[in-house]
Amino acid sequence: MTDWINVILQGILVGGLYAMFAAGLSLIFGVMRLVNIAHGDLIVLAAYVALVTTETLGVGPLVSLIIVVPLMAAIGYLLQRAVLNRTLGEDLLPPLLVTFGLSVIIQNGLLTLFTADDRKLDAGHIEVATYRLFDGVYIGALPLLQFVVAIAVIAALQFIFYRTALGRAFRATADNPAVARLMGLDNRHVFALAMALSLAVVAIAGVFLAIRANFDPSIGPARLIFGFEAVIIGGLGSLWGTFAGGLVLGVAQAVGAHINPGWQILAGHVAFLVILAVRPEGLFPRIRT
Amino acid sequence: MSEAPLLAVGDLDAFYGDFQALFGLSMEVRPGEAIAVIGANGAGKSTLLKTIAGLLPARPEAIVFGGTPIGGMPAHAVAARGIALVPEGRGLFSSLSVEENLMIGGQLNRSGPWNLQRIYQLFPGLAERRHLPSTALSGGQQQMVAIARGLMSNPKLLLCDEISLGLAPIVVREIYARLPAILAEGISLILVEQDVVQALKATQRVYCLQEGRVALTGAAKDLTHEAIAAAYFGV
Amino acid sequence: MSIRVGFASRSSRIGMAASAVALVVLAAAPFWGGRDDLQLLSQIYTYVALASLWNLLAGYAGLVSVGQQAYVGLGAYLLFGFAILGGVPPLWSIPLAGVIAALTAIPVAALVFRLRGHYFAIGTWIIAEVFRLIASQVSVLGGGSGTSLPAHIVLAIASTRQLRDFLVYWIALALVVVILALIVLLLRSRYGLALKAIRDSELAAACNGIDVQRTKVLVYIFTAFGTAMVGALIFFQRLRVSPDSAFSVNDWTAFVIFITVIGGIGRIEGPIIGTVVFFALRQTLADLGTIYLLMLGAVAIVVMLAAPKGIWGLIVERFGWQIFPLERTVVRDTGSAGAAKRA
Repeated sequence: MTDWINVILQGILVGGLYAMFAAGLSLIFGVMRLVNIAHGDLIVLAAYVALVTTETLGVGPLVSLIIVVPLMAAIGYLLQRAVLNRTLGEDLLPPLLVTFGLSVIIQNGLLTLFTADDRKLDAGHIEVATYRLFDGVYIGALPLLQFVVAIAVIAALQFIFYRTALGRAFRATADNPAVARLMGLDNRHVFALAMALSLAVVAIAGVFLAIRANFDPSIGPARLIFGFEAVIIGGLGSLWGTFAGGLVLGVAQAVGAHINPGWQILAGHVAFLVILAVRPEGLFPRIRT
Repeated sequence: MSEAPLLAVGDLDAFYGDFQALFGLSMEVRPGEAIAVIGANGAGKSTLLKTIAGLLPARPEAIVFGGTPIGGMPAHAVAARGIALVPEGRGLFSSLSVEENLMIGGQLNRSGPWNLQRIYQLFPGLAERRHLPSTALSGGQQQMVAIARGLMSNPKLLLCDEISLGLAPIVVREIYARLPAILAEGISLILVEQDVVQALKATQRVYCLQEGRVALTGAAKDLTHEAIAAAYFGV
Repeated sequence: MSIRVGFASRSSRIGMAASAVALVVLAAAPFWGGRDDLQLLSQIYTYVALASLWNLLAGYAGLVSVGQQAYVGLGAYLLFGFAILGGVPPLWSIPLAGVIAALTAIPVAALVFRLRGHYFAIGTWIIAEVFRLIASQVSVLGGGSGTSLPAHIVLAIASTRQLRDFLVYWIALALVVVILALIVLLLRSRYGLALKAIRDSELAAACNGIDVQRTKVLVYIFTAFGTAMVGALIFFQRLRVSPDSAFSVNDWTAFVIFITVIGGIGRIEGPIIGTVVFFALRQTLADLGTIYLLMLGAVAIVVMLAAPKGIWGLIVERFGWQIFPLERTVVRDTGSAGAAKRA
């Protein structure tokens, strides 16, 4: 029994990380109807940026966020202004193919610079610290921190989106880009800010991914898929729904892995497909009015 | 005519792709002046407003605003210079509340008479509905939100495209009743309107467009119905 | 002077004649080429076939899939499964794999068609991942590390290695010709007109009585059929299959997309040109390894942004050539040949 409690608890905590993968993806889709195929590779890029930062400055991975987050946000802004803004329009293909090309470029660029070797960020003491909840049920300090950060990230995005001028600009531009321009909103700038925000979240996700487990340049696409599954499971257009979707995915994977180690990822996909089959609008959809 | 025009449109051509919608059109608006642009469907009225607002390309010198050529400037830069377009069909942001729509209008932070408080004085009906989604309002109220949103940027020139479209006559009169208070703040206005009677009452001068050209222009009080009908239908 | 409506134009007649000559020369390749030439040509054929199928899906039906590796891998695993478990001769397995993949595509379509646009793309990718993970659970076919085609099955195909090479080569050529012919026929049929209408305006097509969803599903199923046959053939050539190679997103989707985009999406000729360019680059730059892939990604992005119709699109704009005309044109028979005018 405690066995299963541990499994589900671990799943929930990992789910926080998946929610972070998903939040940036969901944000971009909400604002500009773009699905960024390179999203997972950008998460891995953030992990390598953190690796370089920790190695050159001798700081811990959590401290490195001070550099990685603004740097990734700047990359996001420039990427949107220089490349992705040109792809937006009625046609689905250009954004898809360009971000797909970007994914290949990032993967092979990282491969050239860092080889295919496994890397990991060392967060020190916090990685091994655990708290005992009750007999036989333990909770790791790091997964707990990651979960709390995930909640904070979603809450912050929710606040920005619904309570600030920036969020208003995002929503107005998403509703009607032409009229938003008439109100003095430069949609190229608004989209670039949205991408910057998305990659700031990607940076946090990337650092936690890199502390939690080994990474190499090829693991990006799987992170994209986890994030995407969380978005669809949760329901489009709702950030807390996305968070819940991340948890569902995390628990599904943990349960699958507990039954058979080979079924971890498969169980997550199956959960996604079942939701798609029986409730394609997701668990907690926000109806756009 | 001693005063320099606020807006001078000169020899303006406008295109939708290969289709030419305006042919060498010229017009001007002086500070504080309200003018009406009338004409049949497809005469180029909306195109004219969209081109002035920067949604369609134009030669820079074809549109001069406050002495600066602005033709072809991006719409957001035109808005920042003090031109607000109330678009045809209102174009409210559907996922924003009434007040958020107004705040989007005000996000340029141009100084001037209009702020949320003044807007709610002008349109008391909006104050009590400010937290509702903009789509929950009646058509007339939505049109008021659209006008108010334009005013929130404190423009020097307000462009209104078909504000009576699809509204009951009593609602149209209610909206037109607000225009004197708006003009009293020294703003200039271009009113594009199918409802010629309303437009003539609310403005000092009229341009009548026909197939992308000015067919008739003059002071609103001097034009006869026959002259307008002739220019309107090209008979 | 009479007027008739037809597909042919002068460039297409020249093109078709040249294609026929090329086909004869290529069919005779075993008599003029070495083993390496045959292998390279077979690879080119399989990529032309894969890219043409993806082009049909994305360029004509607007279904941008990044998961066609699902059907490449499925075809490969079906061929190996039939051969190892059922003793079915591999040559029979190729069409059989196509049919089973088409049947599999029906429930898959029921699921992924619930996702729209970009989300459809990633949905197809997840399906491919599911297929890959299931394949790696099948222990009789080697699980995660894969398996080889047993020697007795390989020997049963043809007595000598050379004969086997020839056979595989001819099958590859025949397969690409059949797939291209089917695509051209499909696009010229009423489904092709429907697809063109859908591409121009989905709403307008629906208003004119075209069942948009049904047409798209049919194209999806057809593409699965073709892709699985190509997949079966590719791994029959390799004699070895593994989940990672059979369901590789890079090999069977990234390359295929780049080929199609560079050559010209939404045109029959695009994937052919693209494949030639792709292999020319690969033969000259493959030593660069990852840098080569990096450049390929960059070229695809530049083409998409600067010349979204690809190389063949530029040629059509410049010269108006069409080798496989799909649009009906009004031809005035004035006695002289080549008086064709585009309607």
